[in-house]
Amino acid sequence: MKDFKTDQEVRWCPGCGDYAILAAVQSFVPELGLKRENMVFVSGIGCSSRFPYYMDTYGFHSIHGRAPAIATGLAASRPDLSVWVITGDGDALSIGGNHLIHALRRNVNLNILLFNNRIYGLTKGQYSPTSEVGKITKSTPMGSLDKPFNPISLAIGAEASFVARTIDSDRKHLQSVLREAAEHRGTSLVEIYQNCNIFNDDAFEPLKDPEQRDDITLRLEHGQPIASASKAVRRAADGGIEVVPRSAVSEEEILVHDAHRTDPSLAFALSRLDEPAFQHVPIGVFRSVDRPSYDELMAEQLQEAVGERGPGDLNDLLLGGDTWRIS
Amino acid sequence: MTKQVQQLDRVIIRFAGDSGDGMQLTGDRFTAGTAEFGNDLSTLPNFPAEIRAPAGTLPGVSSFQLHFADHDILTPGDAPNVLVAMNPAALKANLSDLPRGADIIANIDEFTKRNLQKVGYEVSPLEDDSLSEWRVHAVPLTSLTVKALEGFALSKKDAERSKNMFALGLLSWLYHRPTEATIKFLETKFAKKPDIAKANIAAFQAGWNYGETTESFSVSYEIKPAKLAPGVYRNISGNQALAYGLIAGSVQSRLPLFLGSYPITPASDILHELSKHKRFGIRTFQAEDEIAGVGAALGAAFGGALGVTTTSGPGVALKAETVGLAVTTELPLIVVDVQRAGPSTGMPTKTEQTDLLMAMYGRNGESPLPIVAPSTPSDCFDAAVEAVRIAVKYRTPVMLLSDGYLANGSEPWKLPDAADLPDISIEFATGPNSDDGVTFLPFKRDAETLARPWAIPGTAGLEHRIGGIEKAENTGNISYDPNNHDRMVRVRQAKIDGIATDIPPLTVDDPDGEARVLVLGWGSTYGPIAAAVRRIRRSGGKVAQAHLRHLNPLPANTGEVLRAYDKVLLPEINLGQLALLLRARFLVDIISYNRVRGLPFKAEELAGVIQDVIDSE
Repeated sequence: MKDFKTDQEVRWCPGCGDYAILAAVQSFVPELGLKRENMVFVSGIGCSSRFPYYMDTYGFHSIHGRAPAIATGLAASRPDLSVWVITGDGDALSIGGNHLIHALRRNVNLNILLFNNRIYGLTKGQYSPTSEVGKITKSTPMGSLDKPFNPISLAIGAEASFVARTIDSDRKHLQSVLREAAEHRGTSLVEIYQNCNIFNDDAFEPLKDPEQRDDITLRLEHGQPIASASKAVRRAADGGIEVVPRSAVSEEEILVHDAHRTDPSLAFALSRLDEPAFQHVPIGVFRSVDRPSYDELMAEQLQEAVGERGPGDLNDLLLGGDTWRIS
Repeated sequence: MTKQVQQLDRVIIRFAGDSGDGMQLTGDRFTAGTAEFGNDLSTLPNFPAEIRAPAGTLPGVSSFQLHFADHDILTPGDAPNVLVAMNPAALKANLSDLPRGADIIANIDEFTKRNLQKVGYEVSPLEDDSLSEWRVHAVPLTSLTVKALEGFALSKKDAERSKNMFALGLLSWLYHRPTEATIKFLETKFAKKPDIAKANIAAFQAGWNYGETTESFSVSYEIKPAKLAPGVYRNISGNQALAYGLIAGSVQSRLPLFLGSYPITPASDILHELSKHKRFGIRTFQAEDEIAGVGAALGAAFGGALGVTTTSGPGVALKAETVGLAVTTELPLIVVDVQRAGPSTGMPTKTEQTDLLMAMYGRNGESPLPIVAPSTPSDCFDAAVEAVRIAVKYRTPVMLLSDGYLANGSEPWKLPDAADLPDISIEFATGPNSDDGVTFLPFKRDAETLARPWAIPGTAGLEHRIGGIEKAENTGNISYDPNNHDRMVRVRQAKIDGIATDIPPLTVDDPDGEARVLVLGWGSTYGPIAAAVRRIRRSGGKVAQAHLRHLNPLPANTGEVLRAYDKVLLPEINLGQLALLLRARFLVDIISYNRVRGLPFKAEELAGVIQDVIDSE
């Protein structure tokens, strides 16, 4: 089994959720059967973005928010590569928001891993676009005023063809989501709930607490009913969906997950089940649909152009206008 | 009635009308006919930023100036000999540029009370004495066009729209221009609408016939073809030449071209042109914004493509951080800046040379990069190839500084043979480069060029990570070591400085070697300076001329050249940006001449300034 560790000393804080994600990725990647030299990790800026230095593949630690754009240029011109974007809630949803939504709508062949710790860790504790309203941080001593983004809803709204959520502490789930993401051709967005134990410890504690997690985690699996140990999702009277006690419904009433639906409305509705108190949280693959990836579409046009008039010739190009000769 | 034919050695015509009148098209077609005939020519399109300002108003006036001659010329002309004014606004906007005695061809049909009032004329200037110092030909262009197209099933409005073709026909007769190319152009343009083609051709021919038969034009003019150097020529604008140069750079470096760009005046044409040539394997990516454009180009460069981005001043400002990343990761990248009037949004369709200092210093940290500036529309081709050569050989972003005047101006271009273009390809890294024969060191430099190896993803055994954080020599691992940082800052600077040994020396044009004054320039001031220098020499004066193509690094002999003259005059369309650099570096008391009007210098203007410098103590 190939070892993807590098010789660099890992510098995340002891107890950081990133270690678990790194270990999960390092042990999962050999399964893909890809050549090391054909893998590239592109990151932005943030604790998440130190990731490429710890993977023995090609890597590009770029600038804040711009990784999806840089990776787009690479993926669109090198369809032979497996390109991964490592980003965070600040990098991807604040400064990088614009590049993220455009990469998603273009369906560039990328695997985007968004480490969401709901805080700015590297710059030491300011609030992020996924922090809850009223959060008290260094830049918001009286509490944050901003309503947070829901990254899953945003991605679905941006026409994403693959959207999933997982959590740093559940290696098995993380790896199964990564597997599906890697198999999907086009942009795969995976939000990973990640714990920053220094600046925002226990942000996802209910999902990890053995007393609560089985009740609040709604596992999404295509073809399976959407339910936790004690709750279930069903169609509501108003035409939407709702979460009710499992005891209140029959098995047939429980909504069965369909990740491959062309219409994203149901996936979107599932993403809206999130609420601040973590009473119920859907995790897993919300949506996975097939549409042509950007590099395929670009390559098609290049082939079509050559097919019509043959490959380009420089002399023909130069002589192509109205020319005249002076003797 | 016998008509006279007069010989002229040159003519400067300015077509002016509403933005929607097709003045650019008329100018382009007249230019094409002139090029085909074999005159040397130079053009200056002048158009507003808005798509279509209200008809008949001053802000809506669009003009196209063409200078053509039987000899080699350098500028679009200081002032027109002939003004074609399609309406009162066009007349009013351009009258102050018209020297006494010039011809005015005015479309009298548009000099209605309403149109006159729109621009503040109480009485039509065609009817009072106000235009007595010029030769006015009032032509009922619109009504004659409508009459000529009576047989066609066209609405009055559509028929009127062809009046620019009537004007073109008239001017073509007046200056003995060939007509076949225009007729063929119209047939091709309207191939899917043959009736429209026929109507436009009819309007064109009606204009020609009008010139031939009417008594208002008793003289027509012959301007013989120019004796240019033998070869095959085509008329080309700077933006198109630049696009072709990038394609040539891609072919000659054997790297697939990836353009990441965003539409911006006056650079969008380059994106449009490159997007037409997918047969060359060119990928053009219209990104969501300027930053994504250059980011995608850099990502493609990481993968082994020739990454290019094209923009104007405001875009360069946005791209600064990403270009800095290219500097520190030492990847090839071409950044094309077609400069326009600033600051901020400025005047998008007007020209200026004000981005030089931003190109030199507009990134955080010590972030040097080479700068190449073309001097004529056709030179944009060679400058682009040169920019690619440097970027690829030294693994660095390169800024190519063009401007709006070069971008939209055109001139005859002697075509190079593709076989004569230099091979500028380099080898990607393929194996270990360290003494132990096993390790790959991504930042171990070539002893001569100081360039690092270019190892692209997909190459087994060379896996490495690069990034924006400061890195150690050789290994490229993150390093905060104080001495390492000082060394790395200096070696990145040395890499760029060292390019001076790889570029031609600055040449000086000084025919008898006795000039005491040097006129120096960079970019598009070449033509006006050279035309001014010609005037000085024609009247017996002595002056030397030199023009910089490489702004960073400067040619190795630049200091020597500057110090060889008593006085150095440096005209710039900015407030003295190159002068600032040269003064600081060489301690020479450069004399700046600056005008920042959004227009090129005039030859006469510069001749006056040069003479003053020669005459002064």
